[in-house]
Amino acid sequence: MTNHSNNPAIGGKTSLKTIREAINDALREEMRRDPTVIVLGEEVSGGAGCEGEDDAYGGVFGVTKGLMPEFGRERVIDTPISEAAIIGAAAGAANNGLRPVAELMFFDFIGVSFDQIFNQAAKFRYMFGGKSKTPMVIRGTVGGGWRAGAQHSSMLHSIVTHIAGLKVVMPANAYDAKGLMVQAIRDDDPVIFLEHKVMYDIACEVPDEQYAIPFGEAAFPRQGSDVTIVAISNMVTHAITVADILAKEGISCDVIDPRTVSPLDHEAILESVEVTGRLVIIDEGNPRCGLATDIAGIVAEHGFYSLKAPIRTVTAPHTPVPFAPELEDAYLPNAEKLMVAVREVLAAGPSGA
Amino acid sequence: MPYSTEFLLSAYRTMKTIREFEERCVKEFEGGNVPGFTHVSNGQEAIAVAACIDLSDKDIIGSTHRGHGHCIAKGCDVGGMMKEIMGRSTGLCKGKGGSMHIADIDKGMLGANAIVGGGPPLVNGAALAAKTLGTKNVALSFNGDGSANQGTVFEAMNMAVVLKLPHVFVYENNGYAEGTAANYAVGSNSLTERNAGFGMPAECIDGLDFFATYEALKIATERARNGDGPTAIEAMCVRFDGHFIGDPQLYRPKDEVKNARKNQDCIKIFRERVIAEGWLKAAAMNAIDKEVMVEIETAVVNALAAPHPDPATDLMSDVYCSY
Repeated sequence: MTNHSNNPAIGGKTSLKTIREAINDALREEMRRDPTVIVLGEEVSGGAGCEGEDDAYGGVFGVTKGLMPEFGRERVIDTPISEAAIIGAAAGAANNGLRPVAELMFFDFIGVSFDQIFNQAAKFRYMFGGKSKTPMVIRGTVGGGWRAGAQHSSMLHSIVTHIAGLKVVMPANAYDAKGLMVQAIRDDDPVIFLEHKVMYDIACEVPDEQYAIPFGEAAFPRQGSDVTIVAISNMVTHAITVADILAKEGISCDVIDPRTVSPLDHEAILESVEVTGRLVIIDEGNPRCGLATDIAGIVAEHGFYSLKAPIRTVTAPHTPVPFAPELEDAYLPNAEKLMVAVREVLAAGPSGA
Repeated sequence: MPYSTEFLLSAYRTMKTIREFEERCVKEFEGGNVPGFTHVSNGQEAIAVAACIDLSDKDIIGSTHRGHGHCIAKGCDVGGMMKEIMGRSTGLCKGKGGSMHIADIDKGMLGANAIVGGGPPLVNGAALAAKTLGTKNVALSFNGDGSANQGTVFEAMNMAVVLKLPHVFVYENNGYAEGTAANYAVGSNSLTERNAGFGMPAECIDGLDFFATYEALKIATERARNGDGPTAIEAMCVRFDGHFIGDPQLYRPKDEVKNARKNQDCIKIFRERVIAEGWLKAAAMNAIDKEVMVEIETAVVNALAAPHPDPATDLMSDVYCSY
């Protein structure tokens, strides 16, 4: 289980929850608390207009299961397969008194809805001179590992992180998923909430009560002083694996999970590198103009004199996500690839570890 | 008399304000006082006013890149608009929007939109909020014959029907999408037949006739307000200027604009009608003409004197509520 050493203590009862259940909890409780919260998307309930079972899907990954029976189709809205219209409806509603949570079944579908995200929702407040607020959440599934091929596996967080006006959240465990979703719903800005589809069943102890985790505050699932590993989303799992193996060799890794990549906790990363002098970033996105190079750039610019070795990045290659299992396995960053990079960084520089 | 004097004078004043505002925008643009790209709507005033005259500030409109007229019709401050278009810090959007992104949420004006077809999905959202919250407010999107061909608009129309949203789709068909003819780019030739195909009441009316437009939109708006779903109104009209200010309009037949200004001027048509019916006197409208001239002149003078934004404080503000 992830160490949430910097999270505020939450009192009361906890339960073992998967990421899927934690997000469902957050949505349900916020919908109970605030009647302006609505959920919309393709099959967020499922079965609309069909003769069979109602709430047949609860989202294709089951994250919104059970919301429609409790809140009704007025607040849990199954839409046509029209992603631009889904995002537009959420953005327009957010400007008019609702707090919509829109689902993009696969975040790859930003392609057909991107204008509504980056030209409309993201820019409203600035274009309108600060007069508007757009409290909306766009949930989307990201990442490979399901053999879903090029159009259902992309890791497109860097594209939205690039855009001013959006916040981008990438939880790596159930505890964070719940607290970050609560914050995302209560937040007054448009939030992109990216759920890695291979992580839905990963569980940890999660408080039963509602709590919000502030954006821009990294978590430190492992703390150490020899090398910094920055990892996000599913890559945190690999970073922890590597850190635990190296710990047995007497090497301590400082694993940083930024949790939100916009805003990004620059300070946590720079302060860690100041101690370790060595940095590896693992990111499932493509390598060019991505989060890994962005973080490397920040450290090169602001933490250059702390570095004892060149920064290393471990990312997917510059290809679409392949379908065949051997190809997808070769494509995805993993603990082995990370271990190679970490050992290289430890060995490099004037005083290799 | 089917309309009150107050209503008729208000309609006339707003149409005239739009006309003078737009004509002055052209002049100020040509004088170098308006940065960027500007698209004016003179010639199309009757539709904007007929669509908005009965709406409250709580009713929402979404506009297009040709949005000045919609703003004025929705009650946005003309002085604040002129400042905005000139990029001044006291403009409606602090000089951060400009002509193509001008908005005033307080007036229910959800923004001009520089993306053709960008607005209708958002207006669906405003309509969804009204429906979910049970406010009885309505939402209205302005479209052109150009945006009518965008997939986003098709998606928005279908979703409005499926969710029975209080959304009135207004299509201002001025015959030109930028520099391409509607009778070339609209594959079905008839927007209204296509609109009807989405499963909503659809009607084509003479957008130069304020009264015909008003009556059609009144029914559409009432339908939305009563929870009976969306309507599409196609209003045929004429664009007096180019796609953008400075457009040489080589694609238009010689004298088309000259003839339109002479014979297809919706404000002239309005005046002739109300005088012929005995509803208004020419003197009353002439008096409004003078007042409008003063109002626009004042707006320009004030805008030219208004402060410019300060990069030290204004560049980085208003991106987020908190970050």
